[in-house]
Amino acid sequence: MLELEEIVCERDGRGLFAPVSISVQAGEYIELTGPNGAGKSTLLRTLAGLHSRYSGVFESVDCLYQGHRLGLDGLLTPLENFTWFLGLEEQTPDHERFLGALQRTGVLEKAYQPCSDMSAGQQRRVAMARWLLSSRSLWLLDEPLTALDASAQKVLVQIISEHCQAGGAVVCATHGELAIPEKRSVRLEVVASTAETPTPDDSLGVRTSQG
Amino acid sequence: MSRLLRREWQVALRAKGAIINPVAFLLLSTMLFVIAAPDTVGSDAAAGILWTLVLLTQLLALDGMYRRDFDSGVLEQTLVGAQVPFVAVLTRIFMQWLSTGFIMTMLAPALGMLLGMPIALAPAIALAMLLGTPALSLLGSIGASVTVGFSRGGVILALLVLPLFLPTLIFGAGLVAAAETGSSIMPQVYALSLISLIALAIAPFATLAGLKISIEMQ
Repeated sequence: MLELEEIVCERDGRGLFAPVSISVQAGEYIELTGPNGAGKSTLLRTLAGLHSRYSGVFESVDCLYQGHRLGLDGLLTPLENFTWFLGLEEQTPDHERFLGALQRTGVLEKAYQPCSDMSAGQQRRVAMARWLLSSRSLWLLDEPLTALDASAQKVLVQIISEHCQAGGAVVCATHGELAIPEKRSVRLEVVASTAETPTPDDSLGVRTSQG
Repeated sequence: MSRLLRREWQVALRAKGAIINPVAFLLLSTMLFVIAAPDTVGSDAAAGILWTLVLLTQLLALDGMYRRDFDSGVLEQTLVGAQVPFVAVLTRIFMQWLSTGFIMTMLAPALGMLLGMPIALAPAIALAMLLGTPALSLLGSIGASVTVGFSRGGVILALLVLPLFLPTLIFGAGLVAAAETGSSIMPQVYALSLISLIALAIAPFATLAGLKISIEMQ
């Protein structure tokens, strides 16, 4: 479903992590770990096609990407957001299904309210409902635990497990452990910094000359 | 396509500022001209002033063209999920024109009269705006796409886009001037149509490339 060969993502002309090779089969859950700044988000963005500076090769099927920006239009209700989103995938909207997905993630009563009126956690739940509706089999999730309460985390784990059982695959960047029994962890290692790294003195010098 | 249009339509209706603000700005700035420089009212300069104000109004509206979608992640989802992101961009530009250029086209004859232009010129003003404003939205979209990632992209946007607007300004004001002197307006009609058509051919692709760069730079 997803094949990575010696992938290194680059930012400002330098590689972020040691080369990564992963092969993801249908039904697998891959946990992407690593310290802050190791390039977890950048790797997911690369796989989603949003970041083009990388070396190595990868092959991927069409994917669902969930980044830090949720991709919900605040002026529209969840149902209108779903209609638009599934329009991108060229699916016909089905309100019964939409409401079912919202019920599953516990935000059914918000179905007819603009997304901007909801709390961060509720918006996350709406975004989760959208995964259930998507026809894409590969999910790329960036820190899906953010802003979720205990009950929502439980639903998240269930949704991911079911997706994997149904023959999908999930690549998830996270700091918290998700209680999924069958998982593979891939840790991104930061490459040893080179001489280019500025010392505190240097950055101070730059700041003074600018100010 | 129809669902993309529907979303744009729903958003336009709910974010009323996007339609009302440019109209209010254009109206007020025209009033300011009438009040501050009464000599220009009824003079040859009126057409040029009207076009300049339309340009500035468009610039004001362009700054927010992709910002909301960029900040909410809707743009990311469009690039990842859409079968043809090109269509989404074209839809956005069309709606942007409908909520600014088209409305300004409807208002322009009345504003022209406010600036003392004879009512006989109203059709010429409307024609010039109808042919010229699509180019403003299309070319402006390119500038908006590359500056959307900057928190204060407004000034850079103006520097990028105003030079691109110059041909439209020249032939747009020229069309009205030609109508005023009674000579043929066809050269200007052809020129404005040509500019808008070239912009239509280039802008969606350039915008898409600009948006990809902006999303990658964040």
